[in-house]
Amino acid sequence: MTDATSSIPQRLGQPVEITDETFDETVWTEEVTFIDRIPRSIAMIGLFAIFLFIWQMVHAFAIVSPIILPSPDEVGADIVKVGKNLMSGGYMLDAFWITTKEVLIGFFFAIAIGFSLGVLVGETTFGERAVLPYLVAIDTMPKVAFAPLFLAWLGFGIASKVALAAFIATFPIVVGTAAGLYAADENARMLFRSLGASRWQTLFRMKIPAGLPHIFTGLKIGAVGVMAGAITAEFLGGGKGFGELIRVAASQLQTPRVFSLIIYLSLLGFALFWTVVWVERRLVFWHQSSVTGIGDR
Amino acid sequence: MTGTAATEIRQQVAQRGRPVYQLRNVTKSYGLGKIKALDPVSVDLREGSFSSVIGPSGCGKSTLLKVMAGLTPPTSGSVVLEGDPVMGPRREIGMMFQQATLFPWLTALENVMLPITIRDGKHAAKSQQDDARELLDLVGLSGFENVYPRQLSGGMAQRAAICRMLITRPEVLLLDEPFSALDELVRDFMNMELQRICTARNATAMLITHSIPEAVFLSDTVYIMSPRPGRLTEEIRIDLPRPRNLDMMTSPEFALYVRYIRSKLDEGAQV
Repeated sequence: MTDATSSIPQRLGQPVEITDETFDETVWTEEVTFIDRIPRSIAMIGLFAIFLFIWQMVHAFAIVSPIILPSPDEVGADIVKVGKNLMSGGYMLDAFWITTKEVLIGFFFAIAIGFSLGVLVGETTFGERAVLPYLVAIDTMPKVAFAPLFLAWLGFGIASKVALAAFIATFPIVVGTAAGLYAADENARMLFRSLGASRWQTLFRMKIPAGLPHIFTGLKIGAVGVMAGAITAEFLGGGKGFGELIRVAASQLQTPRVFSLIIYLSLLGFALFWTVVWVERRLVFWHQSSVTGIGDR
Repeated sequence: MTGTAATEIRQQVAQRGRPVYQLRNVTKSYGLGKIKALDPVSVDLREGSFSSVIGPSGCGKSTLLKVMAGLTPPTSGSVVLEGDPVMGPRREIGMMFQQATLFPWLTALENVMLPITIRDGKHAAKSQQDDARELLDLVGLSGFENVYPRQLSGGMAQRAAICRMLITRPEVLLLDEPFSALDELVRDFMNMELQRICTARNATAMLITHSIPEAVFLSDTVYIMSPRPGRLTEEIRIDLPRPRNLDMMTSPEFALYVRYIRSKLDEGAQV
């Protein structure tokens, strides 16, 4: 090596010079717009303020009847009222708790059933050939239409709401899980085969971890669906949940109450969704999409 | 005393040329015999030798390697490794692919120990942690044990993949274009590393590549493969002294081998 190195000349080329000179007309640099400079939180609050302003204007000029669209301050006052009832453990808290239970139990069943079916479809030929066509067929049906059936089978209690919530949330989880199991690339499969890994090892050490981003996409869609399912079932099947409160308020033309109830209900959906995102960030820290949603990246 | 020394030497000489891998009339076709991927291939790989297969894309090189690795059965013919027929993945074999294929949820160290984790369980892997650290150290990755793959560059990832291949102390290395995704500078460095490792371990290696200089640089024997169906058409012995260094790549002998192989591949392409 040293022999050969010594035969290389000291310098073959010449150093490249650096100058300060530029051609004036050709200067082209990055532009930073005004919006780029605003921090995200300020931008969000600003947009919300504009939204409230327009809303208030619509109300002030009586463009829409106040029964249809109450003013922001009416809604604000009612939010405080409902908040007090919830805090003091009133009947609204009981309703909120019932809906929370429906949503959580529904989501639990959706995860258990959805994941199992997803593994069946994604991992076995039987699942892919025989089960998948039926799942696709059921998935294309409007699932809310099953609500009366669930009511007839399970009654007007919590069970029928749980059933519809789980029913709606199951399919995206099945799809996410099955797609996730297909996600591992050919090289990874070949590596595991070359190591003599068992089917079980391949599933748990490679396919499921590799599929977690897809699985969590399914879970996030499911978390939204489970809320929709529970509330729809409450609208149709009564009971004592939050959906019933909304239905009653709407039927009495208490529009501000409907708005404030929806806002508190959305807190539940929000909490569920962000719990899923939180778990995803812990488990799928290695993947780009684990920073979905309002990014802190 | 002299008698035992003589038998020892005799044993060593006998062992040096011992065929480790033996392929006899191995063929592979897909689609119920409609598409022939491999015409009969018969090759012996001797212990400690380094062989390369070079040929155009889609000529069946990877198929040959997969059959040798026991990842897919041949349509006919037999593959024997260390006297035993290959009927599936074998412990003696270490493999490397074009992509590093490190798993992003495992640290570099966990990735390296993966083969042991899968074969012998977590406990066994833990007991060989020091081995894994040593290997990472050897390829210049000390300090990166607990780093996740996405923080590694392409070259570093491929080096970790080398460690993963070596952790089980394989006697045979099957390499499927392992460095073709790396840039030229890193690639040269990796080839030096590979030569050093193979020599130190007396490993028998089989490399699949598109790069003629790489094949010449690393190999004792280069096989030229013609496409559709894949067939080994020529065996070229590379008589360059070992250990080889990068300066040899500009020597006239080296250039002659490269030119010869290129002309052979061009001939095949015109057919």
